[in-house]
Amino acid sequence: MKQIQLTVLLLCAALACACSPKGPPTLTVMTHDSFSASETVIRAFEQANNVHVVFLKSGDAGAALNKAILSKGAPLADVFYGVDNTFLSRALEAGIYTPYDSPLLSRVPVEFRLDPQDRALPVDYGDICINYDKAYFSAIALRIPGSLEDLLKPEFKGLLVVENPATSSPGLGFLLATVKHFGEKGYLDYWQSLRANDVVIVDGWETAYYTNFSASSGHGPQPLAVSYSSSPAAEVVYASSPITDAPTASILGPDTCFRQVEFVGILKGTKHLTLARKFVDFMLSRQFQEDIPLQMFVYPVNVDASLPKEFTLYAQTAAQPAMLDPAMIAAERDKWINEWTAIMTR
Amino acid sequence: MTRINKYAWIATVLPWMGVSIFLGLFFFIPIVNILWLGLNPAGLKTLGSASLLLASRSLFFTFYQASLSTILTLVLGLPAAFLFAHYDFPGKSLLRALTAVPFMLPTVVVAAGFNALLGPRGWINLGLMDLFHLQSAPIRIVGTLGVILLAHVFYNTTIVIRLVGNALAHLDPSLEQAARTLGADSPRVLARITLPRLRPSILAATVLVFIFDFTSFGVILLLGGPGFSTLEVEIFKQAIQIFNLPLAGLLSLIQLICTLAFSILYTRIQRGAAASGKLRAAAVNLRKARTFRQKFFTRGMAVLLSLFFLLPMISVPIRSITRLEADRGERGQVRFGITGDYYSELFINQRGSIFYVPPFEAIGNSLGYAALTVVLTLVLGLPAASALTRPGRLVRALDPLLMLPLGASAVTLGLGFIITFNKSPLLLVTSPILVPLGHTLIALPFVIRSMQPALLSIPGRLREAAASLGASRRRAWFAVDWPIVARATSSAAVFAFTVSLGEFGATYLVVRPEYPTMPIAIARFLSQPGGMNYGQAMAMATVLMAVCGAGIFLIERLRLPGTGEF
Amino acid sequence: MLELRSIHKSYLDQPLLLGISFTVEEGETVCLLGPSGSGKSTLLRIIAGLETPEQGQVCWEGEDLASIPVHRRGFGLVFQDYALFPQMNVAENVGFGLKMQNLVRSDIDRRVTETLELVNLAGFRDRQVTDLSGGEQQRVALARALAPNPRLLMFDEPLSALDRSLREQLMDDLRHILHKSGVAAVYVTHDQEEAFSLADRVLLLHEGAIVRSGTPRQVWSDPGSVWAARFVDAGNVLEGTVLSNSGRMEVKTPAGVFEMDCEHSPGGRAHQAGDKVNLLVSRHAARPDAEGMIGGIVVDVVFRQEGFRVSLDNGLDFYLPEAPRMGEVLTLAIPGEGIKCLG
Repeated sequence: MKQIQLTVLLLCAALACACSPKGPPTLTVMTHDSFSASETVIRAFEQANNVHVVFLKSGDAGAALNKAILSKGAPLADVFYGVDNTFLSRALEAGIYTPYDSPLLSRVPVEFRLDPQDRALPVDYGDICINYDKAYFSAIALRIPGSLEDLLKPEFKGLLVVENPATSSPGLGFLLATVKHFGEKGYLDYWQSLRANDVVIVDGWETAYYTNFSASSGHGPQPLAVSYSSSPAAEVVYASSPITDAPTASILGPDTCFRQVEFVGILKGTKHLTLARKFVDFMLSRQFQEDIPLQMFVYPVNVDASLPKEFTLYAQTAAQPAMLDPAMIAAERDKWINEWTAIMTR
Repeated sequence: MTRINKYAWIATVLPWMGVSIFLGLFFFIPIVNILWLGLNPAGLKTLGSASLLLASRSLFFTFYQASLSTILTLVLGLPAAFLFAHYDFPGKSLLRALTAVPFMLPTVVVAAGFNALLGPRGWINLGLMDLFHLQSAPIRIVGTLGVILLAHVFYNTTIVIRLVGNALAHLDPSLEQAARTLGADSPRVLARITLPRLRPSILAATVLVFIFDFTSFGVILLLGGPGFSTLEVEIFKQAIQIFNLPLAGLLSLIQLICTLAFSILYTRIQRGAAASGKLRAAAVNLRKARTFRQKFFTRGMAVLLSLFFLLPMISVPIRSITRLEADRGERGQVRFGITGDYYSELFINQRGSIFYVPPFEAIGNSLGYAALTVVLTLVLGLPAASALTRPGRLVRALDPLLMLPLGASAVTLGLGFIITFNKSPLLLVTSPILVPLGHTLIALPFVIRSMQPALLSIPGRLREAAASLGASRRRAWFAVDWPIVARATSSAAVFAFTVSLGEFGATYLVVRPEYPTMPIAIARFLSQPGGMNYGQAMAMATVLMAVCGAGIFLIERLRLPGTGEF
Repeated sequence: MLELRSIHKSYLDQPLLLGISFTVEEGETVCLLGPSGSGKSTLLRIIAGLETPEQGQVCWEGEDLASIPVHRRGFGLVFQDYALFPQMNVAENVGFGLKMQNLVRSDIDRRVTETLELVNLAGFRDRQVTDLSGGEQQRVALARALAPNPRLLMFDEPLSALDRSLREQLMDDLRHILHKSGVAAVYVTHDQEEAFSLADRVLLLHEGAIVRSGTPRQVWSDPGSVWAARFVDAGNVLEGTVLSNSGRMEVKTPAGVFEMDCEHSPGGRAHQAGDKVNLLVSRHAARPDAEGMIGGIVVDVVFRQEGFRVSLDNGLDFYLPEAPRMGEVLTLAIPGEGIKCLG
């Protein structure tokens, strides 16, 4: 009798263990290396949805996309954030996403919704602009260039540093801006003239900003550098000692800035579709969107999201940013890059 | 008779099994996979004459800069090796450690240092401008081939110093002394007696340095600029930006074939080199400089090396403690003060980011990966290196394949990893173990090659003596080979350690779950504007240098049992 | 006891050893004497097991050693270049073989001390071998080979790197040690003096075969062939023609006509008149004698330890107790045994 009771007890215990809830499921989010978010915001999502979020940093935007494409059959993650409008067509053609018509898309202006099928949903945008060093220009009483054509003037000889579009995302953005402004036939002439005006070209943003740019801690020789329109705000936020004015600002002439939009999408083949959708909604929600500026130094797409004061004070967006059809970019970018390389690096 | 033969066969194959499985699984399979993806018949059709032109131009330039860099590295490295092997002077071990530190510095840090020294607004230029009242920077070396060569020498001299210096230190001096008595003066002795005996180690060093320079990436990108494109840079552009996998595959294949060719050349020449004879303890060859010429040499070299290695790097720690305000006053004038803010800021998660890396965690992760890498490379590499000294047909065929991982583009290999390790049972892509595995791949050929000259120098006679005294093959190995091996091992361990710490190209190999290391932290800081970011990057870089220097120092001090004065 | 049966070995497709057979009894020191390149080192390595013969066997107490690897044969080996383990000190080197036998530390220490005393290196325990002189290193090598009580000791030209006085002293020490320890030994050298001082038996190795075997005295006084006589420098070699051979043999040579006993029968018959033969004329037994049968003009006189070495114009030289003058005409008498027929 006692033996049977013991056995039944043990069985019940075993069953109870089997029935007790396991740990929370894991949602994997693949991003490029520049992704950042506040811990509190992410934790709030985890708690609200009983999920553990794991981030996979996968290199810069292009590298991350390539990895996503190569792993299409068996995706490395559930959600992929990091494709921008210059890579969008490549991502869509590769068919790595599964579409999701998030309800929050209604709060996103139509100009950002570059994928009509909502496979890739916009999350943030930033303007690639030329930053200028205020102190430099005021010290020698030089006017600030106001347009792309201005940069060809002799007083700005040797003062501009740009990045190689073949190796740098801001570099590519600036190249695309010139293509938009001068057209496919005229942009090369523009670059020839820039070259005649001693434009300095480097391979990466770090080099341009921290080595060549005069307003950064690198104290370089060039007071004009292709960077982001949010960089002045970053200079204030991350100043070594508190400052009240940004040392830099952006040139906001016609087509002098290129608008870069970044997208998120649910990877085809994910095993956690519901959670993935929740995460995408979360990325478009006010909470996450308002967190974006001071984490990634780009602008939120959600119109309801308010900007921090550092952004309103020190960062700017272009009124007429250069934008090109992503399909056109996808088709021609290699050709443009090669042409550019041929004339600029001889 | 048959019993002995059967065991002999196993004994030949066994040391190679570990390395072969490792390389086969984590190198050959991914590479073949990704190359096939790009170079299948459909892909090959897309390669036109423009592609071939690009390929050949890249190849030529890669060869050109690598050859020049290697020659210059030998020019600096050989006298330096001589200095360390033959002379004792105050501050010697410190100087030695100093020359080893650049090897593991991430390129961003080295680029920052070089710019601080040689850039258009660097110390040298500013100093000259002040001195001679010039308007613009007189020295324009950044962005030219010159700075690329300089940076390569800066990085790789330590390889020559270690490999050749070790061999030189343990040479039996009686041959040189005999030559002297026969009337040969110092240059003749050097040229006809010493250098030929050093051939194995000089060769090993040259091949390694050349391959490193050949596959150089960060230096070209960060210091050279857009005008310079090596194979590795082209692969990166084609694979990542343009996603032209066929062309990237072609370039990767070319790079691999070149590396294989160098490797085969190396093994051919190496085989001809004779064993260098009796080994002597290192102390035998050390002396204090006495004559004027010797003193001139030692002091001159010591000063040269100190300046060459210290100046570019010193800017990093200096910048980590000085506050440089963004200009608000006159150009050229900088207001600064000493501050520890950047270091204390490392411990604060200012923006509450989920990706914040506490510095000790970063250090711990780096050291953890490095320790794993060291263990893996030694466990796999040591048997392989000693097997290489007793070549059979199989070994002779496998030997050149060892160098291949060094010559494979990290970008290509990384993509290969993605498509190979994405399915169970090999679901490793997102596993943190892939990081030390990647490091091991890169460090392994290097470690094996650096141990080879030492192992080659073990006189067979000693093994026979041990056998005649009753030592079985295994015990003879411990008595005769191990002491020499152990010494070479500690040197190789230092290399593996520094490769892992500096994360050569492995950044591109893997996706990173959350075990961020010091180089990752540095890169993160430098990816955003702001004085605080820059300062923290410098601070973390200084920490990296200190950790690496301490690690090297400790490993060298470690006296392994049975090595005695070796 | 060691027995070699018909050992054949080639080197680079050239025959080196052509059927070598000999034995070494317990306590016996056998010297393999031969010129450089004659294969004596190879033979030693074959005995040790470091190389395998193409034909033939190496046997110990009748058992074929072919299947026994080097480290289990129990044969000690003393190399020409000592082959001491550089990172170990003297005691560790000497104790190595004992360590391989897994003896207790105290036993090892005791035996090491014993052996070091035997080779006259007491007190050298903690010295680094790389600091020692050549003679000291060689003695350490000997002690190392002796310490594990080997069944057989083998020496590969161990003294050739040392200077003359050191060599002589070590030869004495070696002989003493070998006798005291009573271990069998095979000693390989090209130096006839070494071989004759140390060996109980000498084996002359020439062109892959043993051409003469015997005690040092036997080999020296009766080399058996022209080559052997020249190699061991047993005396003057003189070519001549047989005049008659009945009872005593009479041979005519450029230096004169000599009489001697000869029992050779090459090809089954004794020397006949008209045969060409070689004679061995001893250097040591000649005395100036007006009635002597050898005469000549003195062309060279050199002082040697054994006496004055006097060279005559007929090509012969002799050791005489007193120095003649250059150009002097000498006549010497040699006792009967001083002239032998070499064949």
